[in-house]
Amino acid sequence: MLHSYPKRVPIIMLALTVLLVFYPLWGPILIGDGSDFFLEKLTLMLILGLFAMSLDLLVGVIGLVSLGHALFFGLAGYTLALASPSYNAASLWWMLPLVMLVSAVSALVIGALVLRTRGIFFIMTTLAFGQMLYYLVSDASFTGGSDGLFIMFKPTLTIGDQTLIDLENPLQFFYFVMGMTLLTYLFLHWLIRSYFGQVLDGIHDNEHRMQALGYATYGYKLAAFVISGVLAGVAGMLAAMQYGFANPAQLGWHLSGEVLMMVILGGMGTLFGPLLGAFAYELLHYAFEHLTVYWQLLMGLTIILIVLVLPKGLAGLILDPPRLGLPRIGVGGLFRTRPAASNKTRLGLAGPQKHEEG
Amino acid sequence: MSDTPLLSTRGLTCRFGGLTAVDRVDFDVRPGQVHAILGPNGAGKSTLINLLSGELRPSEGEIHYRQHPIHGLPAHRVARLGIGRSHQKTNIFPRLSCLENCRLAARIHLGGVIASWRSRATARQVDERAEQALATCLLTHRASTPASAMSYGEQRQLQIAMVLATAPTLMLLDEPLAGMGREETSRVTELLRALRGDYTLVLIEHDMDSVFALAERITVMVDGRILETGTTAAIRGSEKVRDVYLGRHQQEQA
Repeated sequence: MLHSYPKRVPIIMLALTVLLVFYPLWGPILIGDGSDFFLEKLTLMLILGLFAMSLDLLVGVIGLVSLGHALFFGLAGYTLALASPSYNAASLWWMLPLVMLVSAVSALVIGALVLRTRGIFFIMTTLAFGQMLYYLVSDASFTGGSDGLFIMFKPTLTIGDQTLIDLENPLQFFYFVMGMTLLTYLFLHWLIRSYFGQVLDGIHDNEHRMQALGYATYGYKLAAFVISGVLAGVAGMLAAMQYGFANPAQLGWHLSGEVLMMVILGGMGTLFGPLLGAFAYELLHYAFEHLTVYWQLLMGLTIILIVLVLPKGLAGLILDPPRLGLPRIGVGGLFRTRPAASNKTRLGLAGPQKHEEG
Repeated sequence: MSDTPLLSTRGLTCRFGGLTAVDRVDFDVRPGQVHAILGPNGAGKSTLINLLSGELRPSEGEIHYRQHPIHGLPAHRVARLGIGRSHQKTNIFPRLSCLENCRLAARIHLGGVIASWRSRATARQVDERAEQALATCLLTHRASTPASAMSYGEQRQLQIAMVLATAPTLMLLDEPLAGMGREETSRVTELLRALRGDYTLVLIEHDMDSVFALAERITVMVDGRILETGTTAAIRGSEKVRDVYLGRHQQEQA
């Protein structure tokens, strides 16, 4: 198995999920009046977690640092806003496939171009595409200019006349988003460990070698780029439903940078890390915002500190916990060798190798 | 022995800016032979291999494989035609086990990822070929060991196993014995000797004893050009080669 995590990872993730599921029980007691507001915050964190995981497929798994990932996030919001009828709700049954299709097609076109570049040029071209769309929607009248577009009604999820999940209800929407995030996690978890994921991992390690073996790496990268774009689109649609509008800020480079920070903060290439990273980032944001108007200064310092102390992000903290106090001594301790962290996270890889003239 | 070469180059040239690394090389590899390329550092041996494998594009000249032009094809297309290569630097996937490294190599030559997903039979074929490659390279006992946990010599063996797993016709091996101890060298030399006949091998190697033990033909390169090509005995006896290369080599050792 490519990445077999220690058992504590699924245990911790499951515990956090259970904690979230039972929020309606502990939320009002712990938070009181603000619990409804915090529920919306949690919903947003789940959405951003989904978004961060989609980026992790590029950044962590293949090693492609995109600074334009919000493009797909925002585009999905605009798709939802433009495709929704003005005076009644759309059905999610066709809205979700539509958003995924639009995301897939745009990711295919953009990916086909940006994947021809590497390294810093990849970062710059993804940024350029993101900004192109940003200025387009900021200036065009059909997208509502810098005000954006309102989404008066959230799409409905019905079978016949029966409402399956009432997405207008914040709590039900919260559970719906949680389900989508969970599905995305399971899908990506499976994908990364599949044959396809092994190829992506190989490309990350050494793209030249993969080509020498016979892999047309461009096609694999493009496929991953499209998958990543579609998932970012799903996140963007959920976000637009949550906000009730589509706005240029949802596809600007600022958000692209933020989601990249969530991935790095959480631990690149670990999938559960970026999910946690989104929560950590938003919680910090929330806490500092209440503390001072200069919250961004605190935010920046904290992130620098975390990256310095935890180079593998929050995931590293779980995968390779720091040992406090005396080392455990005992029969089990004597024979149990601590597995090297580099086998589990994506650090310590052989970089792309240059062919030396011999 | 068939006279039509499996692989041949005509006027093959590769320039890096002002430097001509490979200069008008005419090079023929006959099927089933072990063909060694010798030459001092900077002679252009690795560049030649990189041109043959499609990792570099020639500035001029042609490469024909089974009478078909392959110059200008990208590396992955060349690999799919049955030209497998190993690199001078150890180039394995450290987090994968030995068997998985070989599976990765075999899979792309058996229909790729999707074929293995769709058909259990194909997936089994991939396994079989990977296991066979490991067995040939004497690594069966290491099948489930992560590649990063093996000795340097074993990693070099694995690299050869990965090339074998692609079921190549022609193997391009760039210094397969580089950096190995004496025992490892003789083990891998034996391994390569066992491949003789089943595969056509082009190999760059500095270990003279191994080259003379393995190669049937030798090409000597100097400054990007071919100095001489001939049978092992002819090269051994060549005055020109002795002056330019072997002489220097022996002086260094003395």
